Amino acid sequence: MKDQPDLNLSPEVSDEIRKTTCYMCACRCGINVHMKDGKVAYIEGNKDHPVNQGVLCAKGSAGIMQVNAPSRLKAPMKRVGPRGSGEFEEISWEEALTIATDWLAPVRKEDPSKLAFFTGRDQSQSFTSLWAQGFGTPNYAAHGGFCSVNMAAAGIYTMGGAFWEFGQPDWDHTKMFVLFGVAEDHDSNPIKMGIGKIKERGARMVGVNPIRTGYNAVADDWFGITPGTDGLLIMALIHELFKAGKLDLDYLARFTNASCIVNEDPSSDENGLLLRDDEGQPQVIDKNTGHLAPWNGQGVEPDLASTHRAAGVTHRPVFHLMADRFLDPKYAPDEVAEATGISADRIKQLAADMAHVAFDEAIELDRPWTDFRGKKHAKMIGRPVSMHSMRGISAHSNGFQTCRALHTLQIILGAVETPGGMRFKPPYPKPATAHPKPHGKVTPGGALNGPHLGYPHGPEDLMLKEDGSAIRIDKAFTWENPLSAHGMMHMVISNAHAGDPYKIDTLFMYMANMSWNSSMNSTGVMEMLTDTDEDGEYVIPRIIYSDAYSSEMVAFADLILPDTTYLERHDCISLLDRPICEADAVADAIRWPVVEPDRDVRGFQSVLCELGARLNLPGFVNEDGSQKYEDYADYITNHIRRPGIGPLAGWRMGEDGLSDGRGDPNEGQLDSYIKNGGFWHSEVPKEASYYKPFNAAYQKWAVEMGFFDSEQPYIFTPYVEPLRRMQLAAEGHGRVQPPDHLRQQVKDTMDPLPIWYAPLSDERIDTSEFNVHALTQRPMAMYHSWGSQNAWLRQLHGRNPLYVPTKIWEQHSFEEGSWAKVTSPSGVIVVPVMHMAALNENTVWTWNAIGKRKGAWALDEKAPEATEGFLLNHLIHELLPEQADGMRWSNSDPVTGQAAWFDLRVKIEKVAAPTEAQPATPAQKSPVGKGPNSQAWKVGK
Amino acid sequence: MTTLPTSTTKKLGLVIDLDTCVGCHACVISCKGWNTENYGAPLSDQDPYGENPTGTFLNRVHSYEIQPKEAPAQLIHFPKSCLHCEDAPCVTVCPTGASYKRVEDGIVLVNEQDCIGCGLCAWACPYGAREMDQEEKVMKKCTLCVDRIYNENLPEEDREPACVRTCPAGARHFGDFADPESNVSRLTAERGGMDLMPEMGTKPVNKYLPPRPKDRDRSEDVDILAPFLEPVATETTGFLGWLDKALDAMPGSSKGGKN
Repeated sequence: MKDQPDLNLSPEVSDEIRKTTCYMCACRCGINVHMKDGKVAYIEGNKDHPVNQGVLCAKGSAGIMQVNAPSRLKAPMKRVGPRGSGEFEEISWEEALTIATDWLAPVRKEDPSKLAFFTGRDQSQSFTSLWAQGFGTPNYAAHGGFCSVNMAAAGIYTMGGAFWEFGQPDWDHTKMFVLFGVAEDHDSNPIKMGIGKIKERGARMVGVNPIRTGYNAVADDWFGITPGTDGLLIMALIHELFKAGKLDLDYLARFTNASCIVNEDPSSDENGLLLRDDEGQPQVIDKNTGHLAPWNGQGVEPDLASTHRAAGVTHRPVFHLMADRFLDPKYAPDEVAEATGISADRIKQLAADMAHVAFDEAIELDRPWTDFRGKKHAKMIGRPVSMHSMRGISAHSNGFQTCRALHTLQIILGAVETPGGMRFKPPYPKPATAHPKPHGKVTPGGALNGPHLGYPHGPEDLMLKEDGSAIRIDKAFTWENPLSAHGMMHMVISNAHAGDPYKIDTLFMYMANMSWNSSMNSTGVMEMLTDTDEDGEYVIPRIIYSDAYSSEMVAFADLILPDTTYLERHDCISLLDRPICEADAVADAIRWPVVEPDRDVRGFQSVLCELGARLNLPGFVNEDGSQKYEDYADYITNHIRRPGIGPLAGWRMGEDGLSDGRGDPNEGQLDSYIKNGGFWHSEVPKEASYYKPFNAAYQKWAVEMGFFDSEQPYIFTPYVEPLRRMQLAAEGHGRVQPPDHLRQQVKDTMDPLPIWYAPLSDERIDTSEFNVHALTQRPMAMYHSWGSQNAWLRQLHGRNPLYVPTKIWEQHSFEEGSWAKVTSPSGVIVVPVMHMAALNENTVWTWNAIGKRKGAWALDEKAPEATEGFLLNHLIHELLPEQADGMRWSNSDPVTGQAAWFDLRVKIEKVAAPTEAQPATPAQKSPVGKGPNSQAWKVGK
Repeated sequence: MTTLPTSTTKKLGLVIDLDTCVGCHACVISCKGWNTENYGAPLSDQDPYGENPTGTFLNRVHSYEIQPKEAPAQLIHFPKSCLHCEDAPCVTVCPTGASYKRVEDGIVLVNEQDCIGCGLCAWACPYGAREMDQEEKVMKKCTLCVDRIYNENLPEEDREPACVRTCPAGARHFGDFADPESNVSRLTAERGGMDLMPEMGTKPVNKYLPPRPKDRDRSEDVDILAPFLEPVATETTGFLGWLDKALDAMPGSSKGGKN
């Protein structure tokens, strides 16, 4: 036998490790970037990092192929061909910034609302919103409106936070984890780590999703539900638990407004609101006295049962209204089985399992704590049923109320902020009352009167002009969708094109692929972006766009401000914004340039610092008119939001040296972050670790950390008064009332207790003709449109057939290689199909955002993403099918305006294979050329 | 022809938990990254931005659907890389001795200097676990990260294969199967770890933990669960009557008065 070769078993791994934050998706994991000869050699997870604890997904490890991607934009560009052609000329930054200033300065002077500034998958919203506020336009938002605002808003209004950045299952204690809908695209590594953890312990996992891929593939039990009926299933589960009395009554009485008394006087203009004392506090009946008392009174023991009689009217606690609602026989399992596609027996079993785990397998932690009424509790009692959900249940026109139902289910089990249930991540929980309200007062040449986005509490908070028309271009915070807390980016182009509610001058967007996968009706949006008026001018006169890559949207801009990749820039993942905290720790993080750009590109936020100064925006200039922040790093270090509070909470300068949370700016702050691996974190004290909204120790710590300036305990609100206030207006009360054509919709959908109604488009189309549901799922190895430019990731998911369940496959005699014509009420696509058995029998689906326009992303025009890849977006209209009323009804949730992507219904026919998927959009010219024909990317010697 | 060692001191390998693998491909890309930069020739890609992108991977995840008779269909994610077989046919078939199995730990490697790219080993491997790099024309395969697991330049906790270190769900485990007390031996014993295609007689070192039973028929559970859903009332009014009693029965309750 030949001798074994002598191997060097300890080769040098790298010259240096630079630790920063990943941005291959929105998850924000810590990464170790191994450098060789000044180049990125290898990327792995950071073991000390609170989010990912060393693990890293496929996207994160493929970051090296993003930093070298041929799709990276190289320099500022101005358009020289027609819009959409992709014909550009490279220009200098000076020229680019001069053009932008020349366009924007007159707009600001005359009417700032003629600028619509929307920032897509932005992770710097507390900064970009400040810029927009300084500019003075009311037209600012990020992409939440077309993503998961239903989840976020329902969570905030119901209990002060939802999932992902707000909260997480208590992975260490939970015994039953129930996952609703597609969730592979947010909080991705923590969820996978959590699933691994509970499987190791033998805890049970239940998946509710029409499609059994990803996390649902490893679920112990799978419920292949009919799309859009999640809320109905949840209402049935609540029904069963109420019927059986399997409720955490003590928790409901103490920590929720189930014990608050409702004004039931039908003649009152506050009918349906909570009875309040002279100080405006909702009232409960105190068991100690039998009398009304404020909900937060010291020593008060709220009663769920007793009623209050005054002036001949009996006023009941919310809990009685909940019983009325949830015991309604229409929510019985037998009644909902057909619509949900889940048998009554299985629904009952699921409810029984939840009850069994919550109450028979309860957890007790020996951790004494004191609540806000001063009551001392010897133990922390846990109901170890945890849940998670993101876009799947929220991207429906009934999504807000469905998400509310989900949180109510958690609450009646006592499984929020208790051991084994769901836990909030600081600075959450934070109720709607602790958030700003929306602002929209425009002053020519001046700043907006406050932050754009927020949580309305009643009709007075809506963004309406005196004549009732919308203040905002996206019509957020109007009667069409009063609680649109994240704005409605998906309506901006359509409304700007229609001049409804008004015309704009400049559309300025960042990191949002609106001409392609981020819009409904992509073909229509491309037409709107290129449409001209009778004078031959573009209907949307000017478009400025910033992106790091040659996306489909680039071709539609007049001016391109090229951004850096995530390894070439400063960023801060701030407590003022969307932080990276865990249930046991408050944390924030930075990105920093671990490599310098090799192109003439600049971080978008740094560009805004300079553009803001050129436009003389308040907050971006010094008193002498000079530029206030040299770049984004300068802003991160020196911006002060409130006294002692800045973008980063770690290593601030306190009175006695370095401090956490509060303190003055510290010039060495970014260096301290870099030295610590790119993040800061501080642990929640043990006695404050659960019951956070009600826990005196947590409230004290939250003030010390600067989340709040005063302690503000609150109780969960299964009964949401702001919804009832909107209903009251629709019933004819108050100064601000909905227009007549919206009254009924407001009454029907703004119910203060969770309800379920069928997706709105179902009423407007023939569901027997369009009898198939069509959805997208998120491949775990791709993030929206970004993955296809990545040489490694596109080898994993380069194709996206339409997956068809067995029943439909056989009905149409599909076979391998077949193509189908898929028709919705608003569009037609022709696409390749593939059989998949693990599906709801009436649901087809494909991977999200694999399809690409020819010429985009530096791909060859023959790339499968461009020839066989497709989008369902062409089938989804931003407006509902036209009705006799002639009104424009948005295809969105009527409460929040969330894009109802997943309400889509189609019909399917087998057709002969075309040469490529239809519609085939003509190519755009690539401003960056094409990628190489082969590569072997080794940077070391 | 190349000979195999009659025995190896250690039997290093992986346990892959098919009950936990969510099919995220984290292991695939982490492996691609590490092994492009490290052991031997980089893992190249052909037509990476074109019509038919292909590249060398040492680890891939396949997905299979299973349709049980009386239960919903299931999707199984199945990561596959070299199993470092005890009777590795890829080694014995090698005409130059480039393929070999290490005496000290059983890792099967290719000495790229001696590899002539004839491809016999890939043909002999029943698992399809070897891939010819189209750029270098040498045979590539999983090295079990031999340049990580003993690497004194890495912190001790990182001395494990890149795929194991990165796996978010914790579905991959690395260890010594020759030690009955090792994590991998215990997991294999506890969870009924299986050989892949044992009939091939290759004696693979890597083991797969089978998925736990899913969607089991719960109809007999209805009786057990029945008490949890026994109605306290059928009407709302009855429910509120029950509520009064239930609240009275709660520990520390004092009778609430009517106001």
